Amino acid sequence: MLRYLIPLVLFIVLAVFLAIGLTRDPHELKSVLINKPAPTFRVQQLKAADKMISNEDMRGKVWLLNVWASWCVACRDEHPFLIEYAKTGVVPIYGLNYKDRREDALAWLDEFGDPYTASAVDLDGRVGIDYGVYGAPETYVIDQAGMIRLKHVGPITPDVWSQKILPVVQELNRQGTAK
Amino acid sequence: MTRLRLLPILLICLLAPVIRAQVQEEEVPSDDPVIEQRLANLSKELRCLQCQNQTLADSPAGLAADLRREIRLQMKAGKSDQEIIAFLTQRYGDFILYRPRVTFTTYLLWFGPFVLLLGGLYVLFRYIKQRRDLIPEKPLSAAEHRRAEELLASLPGKETT
Repeated sequence: MLRYLIPLVLFIVLAVFLAIGLTRDPHELKSVLINKPAPTFRVQQLKAADKMISNEDMRGKVWLLNVWASWCVACRDEHPFLIEYAKTGVVPIYGLNYKDRREDALAWLDEFGDPYTASAVDLDGRVGIDYGVYGAPETYVIDQAGMIRLKHVGPITPDVWSQKILPVVQELNRQGTAK
Repeated sequence: MTRLRLLPILLICLLAPVIRAQVQEEEVPSDDPVIEQRLANLSKELRCLQCQNQTLADSPAGLAADLRREIRLQMKAGKSDQEIIAFLTQRYGDFILYRPRVTFTTYLLWFGPFVLLLGGLYVLFRYIKQRRDLIPEKPLSAAEHRRAEELLASLPGKETT
């Protein structure tokens, strides 16, 4: 009996592992920057090219950094949602305009709306390298102390927002007011 | 039918003006051959995060070009290969390394095949031993012996003793 059961058990174990492997998205890499200070940047703003923007400017509040570009097709999918969420005022969304031409980026915001409190210009992708960006859109949740608390790769959907991002933001806001 | 087949092509042509290009700085090889050689060696060990199954050396992706540029800059600034690898893994994690590090989480990956090999050898050994035990040691009786001799002798063209 046992000699027939062992291969069956082995098969089931293997099948379970492979099944789990199938459901995982190989493009979703765990960021090594979670719970580490957000890398410093100081670059031009998109809409006001004469002004600079730095991650230090947002210190003391919870904010989102959303990596986007006009050439990024998936960014278009999440954009209407971002506009909706920005209106709720739960958390300010800052953009990192990644490797984009300024005129393209501005035209894009004109066409689809601008959910961003401000957008930082990362023309050569150098800020992106510091943040470990490997495919737009990506979204980071950064806390009051400037620590990265969450990273989401891929477009934000209502599910991602309500189950992944919003709970973290609310928890951080709660902790912030409790202090 | 042919019209239907043309439809996707037509759609692509219509959509083409909408597609905006990524800004990509042109890749300028360093004028220092030592740096280019070091980059060639190092980038073979690094993964392109965008395409995942290509090395940084082979990948045409924009991010790979950016990372090569960054590596050139750092080499020019006098950073060692180790320092550059540390710089990259701090940002992208160990996944950027094609050769996984030997850490607690990768023990199974590194040593699993040897464990399987040993396990397989053990099973094979037991199987052979078991089979050998199955064959009974039963000497022939005198009558059987004589019969065997006769059979052998009856074979044509064969000399038997």
